[in-house]
Amino acid sequence: MNPVLSLRGISKSFPGVKALSAVQLDLYPGQVTALIGENGAGKSTIVKVLTGVYQPDDGQILMGGAEVQFPTAQAASAAGVTAIHQETVLFDEMTVAENIWLGHAPRTRLGLIDRRAMRDGAVRLLEGIGAKLNPDLRLRDLGIASKHLVAIARALSIDARVVIMDEPTAALSHKEIHELYELVDTLKAQGKAILFISHKFDEIFRIADRYTVFRDGQFVGAGAMADVAEADLVQMMVGRSVDQIFPARARNIGAPVLTVAGYSHPTEFADIGFTLHRGEILGFYGLVGAGRSEVMQALFGITRPSKGATRIDDQVRVIRSTAEAIAAGIVYVPEDRGKQGAVKGLPIFQNVTLPSLARTSRAGFLRLAEEFKLARDYTQRLDLRAASLDQDVGLLSGGNQQKVVIAKWLATKPRVIILDEPTKGIDIGSKAAVHEFMAELAAEGLAVIMVSSEIPEVLGMSDRVIVMREGRIVDEVTGDRMTPEVLVRAAAGLAVAA
Amino acid sequence: MSLLKSREALLALAILVLIGVVAARFPAFVRPGNLANVFNDTSPLIILAIGQMIVILTKCIDLSVAANLALCGMVAALMNGAGVPLAVILPGVIVLGGALGAVNGVLVWKLGIPSIVVTLGTMTIFRGSIFLMTGGQWVNAHQMSEAFKALPRTVLLGLPVMSWMAIALIALFGVVLTRTALGRAFYAVGGNPHAAVYAGINVGRTQFAAFVISGALAGLAGYLWVARYAVAYVDIASGFELDVVAACVIGGVAIAGGAGTITGAVLGALFLGVIKNALPVVGISPFWQMAISGAAIVLAVAFNATQSRASGRIILKSAEAR
Repeated sequence: MNPVLSLRGISKSFPGVKALSAVQLDLYPGQVTALIGENGAGKSTIVKVLTGVYQPDDGQILMGGAEVQFPTAQAASAAGVTAIHQETVLFDEMTVAENIWLGHAPRTRLGLIDRRAMRDGAVRLLEGIGAKLNPDLRLRDLGIASKHLVAIARALSIDARVVIMDEPTAALSHKEIHELYELVDTLKAQGKAILFISHKFDEIFRIADRYTVFRDGQFVGAGAMADVAEADLVQMMVGRSVDQIFPARARNIGAPVLTVAGYSHPTEFADIGFTLHRGEILGFYGLVGAGRSEVMQALFGITRPSKGATRIDDQVRVIRSTAEAIAAGIVYVPEDRGKQGAVKGLPIFQNVTLPSLARTSRAGFLRLAEEFKLARDYTQRLDLRAASLDQDVGLLSGGNQQKVVIAKWLATKPRVIILDEPTKGIDIGSKAAVHEFMAELAAEGLAVIMVSSEIPEVLGMSDRVIVMREGRIVDEVTGDRMTPEVLVRAAAGLAVAA
Repeated sequence: MSLLKSREALLALAILVLIGVVAARFPAFVRPGNLANVFNDTSPLIILAIGQMIVILTKCIDLSVAANLALCGMVAALMNGAGVPLAVILPGVIVLGGALGAVNGVLVWKLGIPSIVVTLGTMTIFRGSIFLMTGGQWVNAHQMSEAFKALPRTVLLGLPVMSWMAIALIALFGVVLTRTALGRAFYAVGGNPHAAVYAGINVGRTQFAAFVISGALAGLAGYLWVARYAVAYVDIASGFELDVVAACVIGGVAIAGGAGTITGAVLGALFLGVIKNALPVVGISPFWQMAISGAAIVLAVAFNATQSRASGRIILKSAEAR
């Protein structure tokens, strides 16, 4: 059987990061190909290449054996490639029928939109996938599962040959997931080639015919699901422990600093409890959406947990706002630097001093000399490369922005520092500097929580690893059990290997 | 920063060129006395632009300033009519204006309603309140005490008190914005509200503070306006809020928040003030005046847009160079 669509030697780089390095992928008609890989393996990038959002730097896209190019999203859609995203991209204020036909609505002889044909077509498409939805409903009145159905009907309306489903079950309930599986079977029967991206192994084995594994932007392997065992896939995903070097650390773990007990939130997480010690780096591993960042945001006072208590140095502290968290000595370096970290438009020194203004001012007036001193002290420690501290943060590279954000938090003299994906999206050199620095902080007696989805980093830096899955702590891994297999299995909800 | 500074220098240059062009035909326009008049005439606009600029910094907008001015001005006139001394009226209108601003602020902060909707509503409510208070009656010059009318016009060291007040407020808020934690918070909240939350800044409370400041300045301007023109009625300063926003935009205050300076807002106000005062001198119809201010706004926004695009290219170049 010949593939409908093939990628050959696709590469894509972003400043400082090689997202894809000569990868390949084949999709066959009437078959589901599962794309498997850790976070950062390049799965999202390949979807964007396939849908014309990114242009590959190198390599070929072949459809039916002929080379094609997708310079725009429209070109990909016209060629019959369509994606159903994690957060389905549809228009809430339009009706089901309008969403299905947007951009290629049937026309009357006068060139006006033929509303009746649109409505009838929508009903026909929805019935074809076994969905009984009123085409006149507004999309915002539908649940996520129904929105998926609309997205799929839309995909069929443009006569898609390739359907990409990017973690379609991540937000669905059990029953809805089952319905989605049936739908995938229907699409298969219609001869569509399906690319199915998922982290859940049970799902992959239930639904996929073939697999392709990526790791760190590289192609690792592909084949038929029938010929592969779970353990082999896990092995391919995590690979040998990577040739990244982590700083050697003297483990000098002191008294408990932060104790969390019975922490629960109505929708995000439940029964979270752990103790963090001076000089310790505690890793939090889990899949995206496991609730790790949500727990950290509650600890930092951004959201309020419904139950549970935090104790700092054996004293109960109720943290109701970020200002109180900072006062209690807890700081949080968020994952999304652009959105939550740096204030672009403000110069470097003002970014660094933002949470510490009370200390740099006297009688309510800011003292610029003090601010510069504080900013200079901490940015020098982090080896920040910038023309001057007066420079706009927005003009720095990603790695240097990260350093400014970390300097900002260190300047508050915290006792507990929470680093959320501290090295995500930064280049190798900056990564090593951040790791080095984390080790230094722990050596100075700071208690560090590191939320990371990168297994080598988690294993290389942490003294202990807590694994979360679906809002709960499922495992606490120490000593000899700190291996990639244990983490991946716990995070994916697989039985622990004997 | 240097880009912003050069932008303000450019605006100052534009104002000078404008004055120069007018002076070429009417040398009397550049007599110090006349320029002082122009500044004095622009003072209410400057005072409101300072408050508006702070609100815009925090990603909000205050459309109720002119209505707030009118309401406070009317209250000042009525208090004066009731024999309340000026020493009470002046702080009274500032507090009242601040309280009206606080209404806007609370609605934005606690209910999370977009500021444009909130202030569009309160703008109408404030005007309506004036009508309810007065039944549409005017308070005219002869109903106001001499002291009440005299204060803004009293000349001190060559300038009327109203001008001195504007200068004092420029200085005061220049210091607040550059040298206090609150000032820094205004920029941080508008520049990146998410990051501001993580830095321990209460975004809503900061926006609230901006509305209170804007309201208090409108209250003060209300007294100045009524006393200077010696008349108070429902429709004074009608539509003036748009001039205030225009002054900010021309002055380079980013409408998306987080960027702008007092200097810019003041220059923007002066630019409009010079146009308003110069065109009648040159004999150009006031309708042209509107067209020219409109063109200036579009030009200023276009200039902002090209500037931010240019800086985008710089980012990529430097990233490639590394």
